[in-house]
Amino acid sequence: MRILVVGGGTGGTIVANNLARRLAPEIRARKAWITMLSASDQHMYQPGLLYVAFGQMMPDELYRDQRSLLESCIDFQVDPVDEFQLDQNKVKTKSGKTHDYDVLVIATGSRTMSQKIPGLEEGAETFYTEKGAVKMFKKLRNFEGGKISIVVGVPHKCPIAPVEVTFSLHDYFKARGIRDKVEIKYNYPINRIHSIENVARWAKPEFDRMGIKCETLFNVEEVDVENKVVKSMEGSEDHYDLLISIPEHHGMEVIEKNELGQDGWIPTNRHQLTMEGHENVYVVGDTTNLPVSKTGSAAHFEAEVIAENIASIVKIGTPVTEYDGKVYCFIEAGHDKATYAMFNYQNPPDLQSPNKSMHWFKMSYNKMYWTSVRGLL
Amino acid sequence: MSETKIIDACNTYCPGPLMELISYMKQAEVGDILELLSTDEGTAGDVPEWVNKIGHEMVSSEKVGEIWHIKVRKTK
Repeated sequence: MRILVVGGGTGGTIVANNLARRLAPEIRARKAWITMLSASDQHMYQPGLLYVAFGQMMPDELYRDQRSLLESCIDFQVDPVDEFQLDQNKVKTKSGKTHDYDVLVIATGSRTMSQKIPGLEEGAETFYTEKGAVKMFKKLRNFEGGKISIVVGVPHKCPIAPVEVTFSLHDYFKARGIRDKVEIKYNYPINRIHSIENVARWAKPEFDRMGIKCETLFNVEEVDVENKVVKSMEGSEDHYDLLISIPEHHGMEVIEKNELGQDGWIPTNRHQLTMEGHENVYVVGDTTNLPVSKTGSAAHFEAEVIAENIASIVKIGTPVTEYDGKVYCFIEAGHDKATYAMFNYQNPPDLQSPNKSMHWFKMSYNKMYWTSVRGLL
Repeated sequence: MSETKIIDACNTYCPGPLMELISYMKQAEVGDILELLSTDEGTAGDVPEWVNKIGHEMVSSEKVGEIWHIKVRKTK
């Protein structure tokens, strides 16, 4: 059984490592092979970018060599896929190599699409890339007062980020002693301040208490950079001195180019995590079109299901489990307290009050991630 | 040619039905009808509020069993 994993982010890495352990006897007996193709020899811990944007982590803390995270039996190659030939069970890479497979796992992730909104790239700060997060921190550090507006694209990775960055802005300027000189305005696409009802119910009075203004039903249409105005599709305008964007995301270009899914999101069975119409193709993490959060957490839980099923197919010829929609998200409620949301397809999140210990757990997890992605936690 | 696309947002909490509809509306062509399926009771009020504010067209909204079927036509 030749298993090919395309993409070396959270989902792809956990699938590969989990499979390597489950299939150790088959790999030793040369009955199973795992190959990973990735666009980079580096692995980034993306949730750390929020901390970089507030000067709490340095960019180099976010990276590890991808090879060092993988079980030694995994054939890791830095050679991104250029063509998916699903009807022939093969892919072609940028270097021109062809890889045949029996089972394919697509874990290519997502990318920001700020360029879709006129003026957004030039006019807004964003912490979704390393370069952007460092630039945003420098802007915040030099900001002495005025209005900061936050806008949110749809769909976006890490749905809790808009709330987290807003709480962090409040605490950051409070710590600098100039919170009274900074107006914070939070704009959100739907008709409450977060997609999870319990989060919205908790965060709104917190925002009110902190003097953070909110506008809902605000989907960004364009940014007038010269006059510092952001306009919504719903017809409203917001003047700012500093604009922070949680940008719209698409799946990767290679997915769109190969017509595997509109906007790069691959149609995926919500329980089996197979690509619609392709039983031997699994999709994990941001790459799916599933109506679940695009987070490392969702990718992690999906990856465990995929690995268990591929291993059981190798051993007994059939999958044994299904993805139940599980997601677990830490929620930083500022710089010294946090809570979490855990939910699946059947059970809504039941939010607990933020506390210091959950914040320190999250800070610890920022380090433990490397254990988690190796499949040890 | 316009088409009806079904968006299954049943039993989902984040990003949730309205956010799903907004995502798919961006992909749709003017004239397309999107049919949102949702088990969230709030959707029946949330979707018309957004649709009316942005200027798309509500086609229909009905509950069949436990599932809301909400049809919206993209107008711009």
